[in-house]
Amino acid sequence: MEILYLLIPLGLVIFAIAIWAFVWAVKSGQFDDMEGPAHRILMDDDDPRIPGKKTDPGLKDRDG
Amino acid sequence: MTETNHSCFHCGLPVPKGSHYHVEILGEDREMCCPGCEAVASAIVEGGLTDFYKHRTQNSTTPTTTVPEILDELTLYDRPELQRSFVTGDDSEIKQAALILEGIVCAACVWLNERHVGGLPGVIDFSVNYATHRAQLKWDNSQIHLSDILKEITAIGYVAHPFDPGRQEQIYKKERGQALKRLAVAGFGAMQVMMLAVALYAGEAEGMKESMKQFFRWISLLIALPVILYSARPFFTSALGDLKRKRLGMDVPVSLAIGGAFLASIYATVTNSGEVYFDSVTMFTFFLLSGRFLEMGARQRAGQAAEELVKLLPAMATRLTADGEEVIPVTDLQHGDRIRVRPGDSIPADGRVLSGQSSVDESLLTGESLPVAKLVGAGVTAGTVNVESPLEISVEKIGEETVLAAIRRLLDRAQSEKPAIALLADKVAGYFVGALLLVALGVGSYWYLYNPDQAFWIVLSVLVVTCPCALSLATPAAMTAATGSLTRLGVLTTRGHAMETLAQTSHMLFDKTGTLTTGQLTLAKVETFTELDEQQCLMIAAALEQVSEHPVGRLLAAQVEKPQPVSDIVATPGQGISGTVNGVAYRIGRTAYALQGSEYTHELDHAHSHAVLATAEGKPLAEFQLSDALRPDAVEAVRQLKQAGLKLAILSGDQPAVVKRVAVELGIDTYQSGLSPEGKLAAIKALQSQGAVVSMVGDGVNDAPVLAGAEVSVAMGSGTQLAQASADMVLLSGQLTHLSEALKVATKARLIVRQNLGWAIGYNLVALPLAAAGYIAPWMAAIGMSASSLLVVLNALRLNQYGRNEKK
Repeated sequence: MEILYLLIPLGLVIFAIAIWAFVWAVKSGQFDDMEGPAHRILMDDDDPRIPGKKTDPGLKDRDG
Repeated sequence: MTETNHSCFHCGLPVPKGSHYHVEILGEDREMCCPGCEAVASAIVEGGLTDFYKHRTQNSTTPTTTVPEILDELTLYDRPELQRSFVTGDDSEIKQAALILEGIVCAACVWLNERHVGGLPGVIDFSVNYATHRAQLKWDNSQIHLSDILKEITAIGYVAHPFDPGRQEQIYKKERGQALKRLAVAGFGAMQVMMLAVALYAGEAEGMKESMKQFFRWISLLIALPVILYSARPFFTSALGDLKRKRLGMDVPVSLAIGGAFLASIYATVTNSGEVYFDSVTMFTFFLLSGRFLEMGARQRAGQAAEELVKLLPAMATRLTADGEEVIPVTDLQHGDRIRVRPGDSIPADGRVLSGQSSVDESLLTGESLPVAKLVGAGVTAGTVNVESPLEISVEKIGEETVLAAIRRLLDRAQSEKPAIALLADKVAGYFVGALLLVALGVGSYWYLYNPDQAFWIVLSVLVVTCPCALSLATPAAMTAATGSLTRLGVLTTRGHAMETLAQTSHMLFDKTGTLTTGQLTLAKVETFTELDEQQCLMIAAALEQVSEHPVGRLLAAQVEKPQPVSDIVATPGQGISGTVNGVAYRIGRTAYALQGSEYTHELDHAHSHAVLATAEGKPLAEFQLSDALRPDAVEAVRQLKQAGLKLAILSGDQPAVVKRVAVELGIDTYQSGLSPEGKLAAIKALQSQGAVVSMVGDGVNDAPVLAGAEVSVAMGSGTQLAQASADMVLLSGQLTHLSEALKVATKARLIVRQNLGWAIGYNLVALPLAAAGYIAPWMAAIGMSASSLLVVLNALRLNQYGRNEKK
């Protein structure tokens, strides 16, 4: 059971990392819009006519 | 009346007969209602963004004018003196600005905007926040100008206003970020400590080594430290504030429990004696914080209404000087300046009309959809929109002195005020804490006299057992869950007490215009006075009104496919229009205007709210009666509410015949008409004096005092901001049927609160004497407290199902 003396402080380090990651997420605006991204994933943006987007030529003339 | 079976593919409005606007979208030819929609749809198709139409879940808003001169005006946004207020990054060519986007109705709009604007050369970053309709723009000024970007947004049918995000926005964002971080620390901490606590409890039974136990305690202490010092700080500061003001709020016992248990646990850890409560402390902090976080979210969303008011003011004004006209930023306006406001523009400052006559849309203030006529000498308010013809205005009040600024201050205040019932809860909590401290003191002094060694631990048991955790979680947990369900339904709860009081409602009163009805006029009836039939009269009316900017005129003009040619047309803003069609002189408009003083004794059918008279050569020709259509779900909503056992009534400021028609159509037996805001308030007070609990549903500024007087007030999401600010709930969805849904949730929530309170009080009544007598070891008290808190929270979570089912 002596291994716990190592594992628990290790857990503590992970705890600190988790908090740091969360604080980073808050600061970088990950929680600013809780609704939009869920819908955004559904939109295709592979239309070749969208300006400034690199597109796969095989996907041309897909809409319609 | 003309039947229109087709609706515009872009905005969903009916397509006028014979309209020739169309765009090919998704392989089919789609009808459009107006050149605006056609232009926007073409721009979207040409940009390769047709997927927008596949994914949108609501029709787009009808684009406002794309008149070239208005587009030219956007170039003024490129001026450095104007950019100063909202653009950051002055040193380099890379600039940043915040925009409010109008016209965002679904997630596809966000996609459309981001793709379209983000793809422009020179735009570095453009991201739209769907929840707040705000956008962040970053661009390279050497490649593209701000005005070009704004023009592109206009081209796809949205309107962007640059705004200064300095004020509330920043504060909200900071508040939210801080609350989230506190919540995260408490949440992660509680989980970690709980894990160790389980090991400790299990170790107690299985026989764990003392050194290992001590190690676990120290680790728990280490994790709990940031939770107490950082996450729980708001409770301590608020409790200190309460004590300074010499009153006992709910935060006092909360702080006492958290602080006391934490200090005792530290003492126990350091001296290696007694029990630790780190698990209870952290979990309790986490639960309370989550409740407050959700409450803050609802409040902030309501508060954004105030910020939206900013965009009502234009950024530029046209000042008239001796040398002619000049365009200046609105912030540079001075008292006494003469300004010109073109039709379609917002009025930039409070003032008085010097010359010109027009009508002004004051729906911001009154909720009334029809514009109000303004003659020379009439007062105008900043933020209202000039509709018909140019006005020259002398500026009397600017900036913070305007009515608009006053409304904003009122909004801010209304949102920060604590409602009476919440104050009562605080007062009760105060007594509770007082009693608790007295009991603890009594128990402590008794044991100090008889068994000083045990005194500290017994007092601690008493404090922990009676720790009002379950009691103080009972109501907020249920309210939080219920508020969440309602928000998913589109009903925003802005005041904590609303839910509880809504469940007790006996009478529900409605305003008429904009609440039970849509507030939009439709042509209800045409009454003819000559041998000409309805259709012929409509042709003449449409011919005269084809150039009109007035909503009534536009409505009449849209009734006919192809208006006949008209000559000698003279429009008198706010009065009517005269002109010659096929050699006959006609006048159409207000009764007095149309008649020009000739005799007219026709008895009006007042069941419709507005009427326009047309005359031929001075003789009455036809009367067009317009009425305000019922909301499509009003009948169903009334049926459901009646079924729920509520007494319904209409309180309206409108004429008796109109109100009667609406009441009969909906099956509401009680109605009062012609009421002033004071009259409505008196009607509510009369009901309340008979013991009724009154809910009021309204939408306008004239409803604000009544909304404030009712026990629960509900404002329509489409209503004026002032009404929303004085309301306890806002019906964002605009669906009246959600009212009965809200009622169901509220009733259920009340039941759960009662169960929770019953449990918490029962538990305290049993545990307190046992703890005072010294039968309960502190660790038992801790487990009991945690378990009863958990039970209360789980019970409350049962409320979560409501919004989910609806969404399917």
